[in-house]
Amino acid sequence: MTTETMFGRALKRREDPRLITGRGQYVDDIQIPGVQRIFFLRSPYAHAMITSIDTSAAEAHPGVMKVYTGKDLPAVPVPCGVNLPDSNQKTPPYFMIATDRVRHTGEIVAAVVASDIGTARDAAEKIVVEYDPLPVVVDAEKSVMDGAPQLYDGIDNNITFDWKLGGGDIDAAFAGAEVVIKQRLVNQRLIPNAMEPRAVAGRYDSATGDLTLWDTDQNPHIIRLLICMLTGIAENKLRVIAPDVGGGFGSKIFLYAEQLLVTTITKDLATPVKWVETRSENFQATTHGRDHVSYVEMAFMKSGKLCGLKVKTYANMGAFMTAFAPLVPTFLYGTLLSGVYDLPALRVETIGVLTNTMAVDAYRGAGRPEASYLLERVMDIAADELNIDPAEIRRMNFIKGEFPHMAVTGMNYDSGDYEGNLDKALAQFGYADWRAKQAEAKAKGRYLGIGLSCYIEACGIAPSKMVGMMGGGVGLWESGTIRVHPTGKVTAYTGAHSHGQGHETTFAQLISDTLGVPYDNVEIVHGDTNQVQFGMGTYGSRSLAVGGTALLKSAQKLVEKGKKIAAHLLEANAADIEYKDGSFSVKGSPDRSKAFGEVVLMAYLAHNYPADLEPGFEEQTFFDPTNFTFPEGTYMAIVEVDPETGTVTPLNFYCMDDCGNVLNPLIAEGQVHGGVAQGIGQALYENAVYDENGQLISGSMMDYAVPKITQLPSYTTEFAPVPSPSNPMGVKGIGEAGTIGSTAAIANAVMDALSSMNIRHIDLPLTSQNVWNAIQAAK
Amino acid sequence: MIPSAFEYATPATLNEAMAMLAADEDAKLLAGGHSLLPTMKLRLAAPTKLIDLRKIGELRGVSASGGGARIGAMTTYAEATASAALKGYAALIDATSIIGDTQVRNRGTIGGAMAHGDPAADLPAVMLALGATVNVIGSAGSRAIAIDDFFVGMLTTALEEGEIITSIDLPALAAGTSTAYVKFANPASGYAMVGVAASVTMSGGKVSACRIGLTGAGPSATRLEGVEQALTGSDGSEASIASAVANAGDGLDILGDIHAGEDYRRAMVSVYAKRAIVAAIARA
Ligand SMILES: Cc1cc2nc3c(=O)[nH]c(=O)nc-3n(C[C@H](O)[C@H](O)[C@H](O)COP(=O)(O)OP(=O)(O)OC[C@H]3O[C@@H](n4cnc5c(N)ncnc54)[C@H](O)[C@@H]3O)c2cc1C
Repeated sequence: MTTETMFGRALKRREDPRLITGRGQYVDDIQIPGVQRIFFLRSPYAHAMITSIDTSAAEAHPGVMKVYTGKDLPAVPVPCGVNLPDSNQKTPPYFMIATDRVRHTGEIVAAVVASDIGTARDAAEKIVVEYDPLPVVVDAEKSVMDGAPQLYDGIDNNITFDWKLGGGDIDAAFAGAEVVIKQRLVNQRLIPNAMEPRAVAGRYDSATGDLTLWDTDQNPHIIRLLICMLTGIAENKLRVIAPDVGGGFGSKIFLYAEQLLVTTITKDLATPVKWVETRSENFQATTHGRDHVSYVEMAFMKSGKLCGLKVKTYANMGAFMTAFAPLVPTFLYGTLLSGVYDLPALRVETIGVLTNTMAVDAYRGAGRPEASYLLERVMDIAADELNIDPAEIRRMNFIKGEFPHMAVTGMNYDSGDYEGNLDKALAQFGYADWRAKQAEAKAKGRYLGIGLSCYIEACGIAPSKMVGMMGGGVGLWESGTIRVHPTGKVTAYTGAHSHGQGHETTFAQLISDTLGVPYDNVEIVHGDTNQVQFGMGTYGSRSLAVGGTALLKSAQKLVEKGKKIAAHLLEANAADIEYKDGSFSVKGSPDRSKAFGEVVLMAYLAHNYPADLEPGFEEQTFFDPTNFTFPEGTYMAIVEVDPETGTVTPLNFYCMDDCGNVLNPLIAEGQVHGGVAQGIGQALYENAVYDENGQLISGSMMDYAVPKITQLPSYTTEFAPVPSPSNPMGVKGIGEAGTIGSTAAIANAVMDALSSMNIRHIDLPLTSQNVWNAIQAAK
Repeated sequence: MIPSAFEYATPATLNEAMAMLAADEDAKLLAGGHSLLPTMKLRLAAPTKLIDLRKIGELRGVSASGGGARIGAMTTYAEATASAALKGYAALIDATSIIGDTQVRNRGTIGGAMAHGDPAADLPAVMLALGATVNVIGSAGSRAIAIDDFFVGMLTTALEEGEIITSIDLPALAAGTSTAYVKFANPASGYAMVGVAASVTMSGGKVSACRIGLTGAGPSATRLEGVEQALTGSDGSEASIASAVANAGDGLDILGDIHAGEDYRRAMVSVYAKRAIVAAIARA
């Protein structure tokens, strides 16, 4: 039997027939007999004291089982999983249900449990809450000013941390520079908007004490661990299942009040309960992303050679901090600010600021899009000011030569070919042709713009020791178990979690190759703490590099075990056995062989078996990589600006990604497409806006512009792999690249289109109105 | 996303529907539901009863009448777009073919859109430009409302309590008339931030008559009478159009939001008025 090599094959996702024909099983699809529904009453105020809550009418409402307020619950703070070293971090205490004070609109003030959701909501309308409004602050720069409203006692000026990173001699770098580009940059707040909003269902069995939680999340084991730590439920009594999950983009990593509440309520009532977030709640009360204001100084020689970079960033953290929050605008941001460039010196300071807004945490790219946008935007401003072609100023400053390369940030870039990637991109994308087309269009009064962005990112945060040094409360290894059944069929258990990434396909591909079994014989199990050994979940584009490698190693262990069994059966030495195409044979005499199935069966029969070998055919690996991986790439955007309206139309988008070796090009391309859509969304359309009273103005799809297909260009995606030495497959990660690299490319294209109008920079998003205003101001 | 409880009925005739409407002052008519149901889900509306008009045959269909056309209130956007009787009304088809998305166009109705009077809806501008008449029936009998009297203010129309729109009449287009609708869509909702419909009649190389309808910009749809006057009598050239629309937004009651503030929106009224007129004349 020959098995075809699966690595590199553009297989369609085996998940898709189920998901696109409506047969997925999301939390809301789980049928639990007798389930009660929960409706959360949320604060309409951004900042207020709660002077009284009267729930009596709601409790008397027919169909209501119970109404909870903050005083009915243990004062368990929702945890933040990071304590940044040397940053004076003060983590605000934040509780499941507000007791005496609310600090953002959408904060939970009561929970109604009733027979159906309509009844629960009707009853919630009968709860009388008296608020005494307090002054509100939503803007990070205003929040740190003296006299600003204070959110918490003991967190002066609302500063939750002050983090610094430096490298090289920054003062000397600036002293020796000929030109310093200064720019204030806004990286606006975004709302992740996973297609499936959050949902949690819980069922407590009072006879056994077992509690099952169905939760739409990206990392069920971590959710279980945190809930157990906070509630005292034993870890072997809580089962968390993250079934089909309709997207996460980071927003489903964290433990929120709602998961704790569902756990607490189902146990308290000994009744199954379910909560499904409405889209309006999702806008208000699921974590947001980005929201930086940065002051940038970038020093150059007139030749275009980079000398140094100083960045001071105000990161709006919202009213409290969820699991990864402090990590995002610091270690996932500052450490990437030298990009693909040979930057001699750097100084970054990030001030984490609390405001009366929803918490900000990881959103696709998490810190890296912010870094990449900042750097790539300012590179273009410099190119413009120094009168150098944007491609050339980048080329001049690329890191060249040997890898690994220790960057000024302390990051040890594993591999890359930045100049090679740019050259390939410029040739393939027709950069020169586009410049010619731009000139032709200009002659006809049309404003085309060409924008480049050369990004780097860091995936698969590792090793765990490093995560500890950054103040993270977890290890970031991953586990993978492969169980080969007596019939030779394979079930693999991964601690990674798929919520759109296609692991059921790609992980089966890699196991098929290594184990020499047909792809169709491999099933992937994930997302259930009772089936899967411990796992860390999926975020930070880590699944293949970390979780995939764990499975690869388990497969390799199985092959080694198979060799021992085959050697015994063939009366040969294990070292002389080779495994190929599903057959174990003695080197040099291929006729002396045992098929995979025979070997597996013997592992289970153990009749004729090596004395020193355990029976069974199952292996487990916990893999902790030695380093991050560092994907890189060149993106190019073509846009047209309508000078009369300011409307930007993205015409083309080109991607040249180095994500290491590509296991499944179709899925990798899909990841790029989705990521680019979100990056273009940030560049042109999306903006989470709070008014001065802390009301979320962009609180629905009527006002928050998630791009529609008609608002996006067609993409050309190509890959230029430079294998990573950090893992045996040489893979890097592609989940976030599209988002990280694309925003700056679009913004640079827009400024390029407007270059003849003497417009240097417009802050994001580049909406028609913002562009039009800039055009008017420049007149 | 969780409406209050309500009853639901599907009357087979107009009389039945009117009786139901008269019997319960908190009942509401349901057409395509694409404006009403979202407001109910957000509990901005909580009718006790929905009276679904979909089974009433009298409200369906498009017919040619006296050189013009009659559009049954329950005609969907998709049906209007496909209707042979409406082919000549290019501005209408411009609108009905781009409203919302496919689902919206398959469910949303012309009557529902008119009754709702959404300030950002597309059809009001078109109906103003085409000089439509809205036919309604109520307990006091039937009446015809001229479009110029129909849009009263934000989400309010000349419809009286208990009245049902039965159809919309479009007059025959005078010889030499061509029409167009252009919209500057809100990037989030797709509704009009500014939408302009133009109906321009050319004779002997001059604009002999025109009607320009504006939607999206203010609290309710309105005609741009200043532009109409300036354009009438001109030669319809780019230059004359540009001068006719130069101050199109002046004096109008303009709304602002995060996507388009008042000044910007006012400026866009001129730009889109020009584009609509140019597009209409280009079809002549
Ligand atoms: C996602 C989405 C996108 C949309 N995009 C656009 C857009 O781009 N442009 C646009 O113009 N619109 C848009 N709409 C609105 C859509 O056009 C609505 O369908 C339309 O405005 C209302 O028509 P309906 O048939 O759905 O009315 P319904 O929602 O059923 O009713 C609307 C109101 O009219 C009343 N009513 C209905 N029929 C009658 C009648 N015959 N007589 C008296 N009263 C009646 C109802 O009682 C209700 O108050 C969008 C809607 C959605 C959901």
